[in-house]
Amino acid sequence: MKAVVTVVGRDTVGILAKVAGVCAETNVNVEEVTQSILSGTFAMIMVVDVTACTIDFAELQQCFNAAGEEKGVDIKVTRQELYDAMHHI
Amino acid sequence: MLDTKDILETIHMISDENLDVRTVTMGISLLDCADEDPHRACEKIYNKITTRAKDLVKVAEEVSTAYGVPIVNKRISVTPIAMLLAPCKNPDPVEFARTLDAAAKKVGVNFVGGFSALVQKGFSAGDRLLIDSIPDALAATDIVCSSINIGSTKAGINMDAVALMGPIVRRAAEITAQRNCIGPAKLVVFCNAPEDNPFMAGAFHGPGEPDCVIHVGVSGPGAVRAALAKQSAGMDLGEVAELVKRTAFKITRMGQLVGNLVSERLGVPFGIVDLSLAPTPAIGDSVANVLEEMGLESCGCCGTTAALALLNDAVKKGGVMASNFVGGLSGAFIPVSEDAGMIAAAQCGSLSIEKLEAMTAVCSVGIDMVILPGDTPAEVISALIADEAAIGMVNSKTTAVRVIPAIGKQVGDTLDFGGLLGWGPVMQINRFSPAKFIGRGGRIPAPLQSLKN
Repeated sequence: MKAVVTVVGRDTVGILAKVAGVCAETNVNVEEVTQSILSGTFAMIMVVDVTACTIDFAELQQCFNAAGEEKGVDIKVTRQELYDAMHHI
Repeated sequence: MLDTKDILETIHMISDENLDVRTVTMGISLLDCADEDPHRACEKIYNKITTRAKDLVKVAEEVSTAYGVPIVNKRISVTPIAMLLAPCKNPDPVEFARTLDAAAKKVGVNFVGGFSALVQKGFSAGDRLLIDSIPDALAATDIVCSSINIGSTKAGINMDAVALMGPIVRRAAEITAQRNCIGPAKLVVFCNAPEDNPFMAGAFHGPGEPDCVIHVGVSGPGAVRAALAKQSAGMDLGEVAELVKRTAFKITRMGQLVGNLVSERLGVPFGIVDLSLAPTPAIGDSVANVLEEMGLESCGCCGTTAALALLNDAVKKGGVMASNFVGGLSGAFIPVSEDAGMIAAAQCGSLSIEKLEAMTAVCSVGIDMVILPGDTPAEVISALIADEAAIGMVNSKTTAVRVIPAIGKQVGDTLDFGGLLGWGPVMQINRFSPAKFIGRGGRIPAPLQSLKN
């Protein structure tokens, strides 16, 4: 089961490490990472496999919320099907 | 393959442009709850709703969390209650309304629609009883919505019902005057009412629908406005329509996905996606602002009807491609008190009731959430209903009236309902009397379907 983690906010040191840390703790496998900085805004997208995740999806979202608050960025985790539905015919 | 741009666009639409699924509505047939004994009928209704919709809110919230899509409302629509009053001996319709209210609160939804009657061609057993009880039923309950279909393209307009509904709307306002006249905000008078509409206050579960079904109403005026703001500079109107279509496609695909998931997880068949641009009082989430983004100084000025026609059509064209079943009201809603741009336009004098009436000829519904002076005579309200019904009947479209006489208030005052129902200014309405016309009663015959000019 694939999900997409998006991180948007002001660039600071250690964002990638923080998000990757949450993934490692919850047994979420990171498959792909892209990141860019557009006019000072940090945008990172991670495609992850949550099949073997040790906690349920709502709890995973809460972990990312807490990590986001700590780093001052907005982190969302969303099932991949949403993007497929909206952007592919 | 996922594209970064697409992902960020979706996140942006949800986080900053108020994109959401406005409602997941479970339609429940109550036909098998009919009983001669009204108390027994109410017991069956309560049991059926609380059984069928037991997991609706929980499942909708699970889907919302997993897919990051806000689902603002979870609602229930039921078989028009007049049909269940018909076989009862001495029923009290308010008891039925209280039953709906209690069942809906038990399962945690925020509205239940279906305190309704379909009287486009005349009254049958139960219809008059239900209509007469509407003000009391709406005052005695919190989340029950009522709707009456008084006309259709096939049947014409039941002017006896129209004459009844003006006083009912007034009375509903009078007995809830202490609660910001909330009664009539939960009451819609329709022509050509759709039987699968997921939006309140007009939702009911038509007799042709299956036993239980999931409908979805999408939203997204904020996303359409933002797309126009970012990309429409220099575009001609054909290109603007194309841009609206593309955005509506994405919005609708999201609704279809959510509908499929909720229906699958509940084991209930999927009904339709209602392709509606439904505004909220939140800044930027406004249909009026979409029209203004196309180049109007203020919604209501000349050009508004044309801009709305373009918007309404493009939303449908984009949405139809994105969904396998489309239904409900589908189009752009133009409620005044629920749309910050409409409120501003009404306050600055740009938007009048007459212009709103013209707009309803090309939009998805009608004169919606319009606040009238508190002393507006009942026959004026009836005549406004007749005018709207005539537009719907002749143009083979749904039209509706949901107006709120603000008891004790005049033009220049405001009325605040709070929440999604919003607030708005009391609007000026023509005071010349249609009393004799309304007093004639009878039925306006169904219109010719050829020689269209």
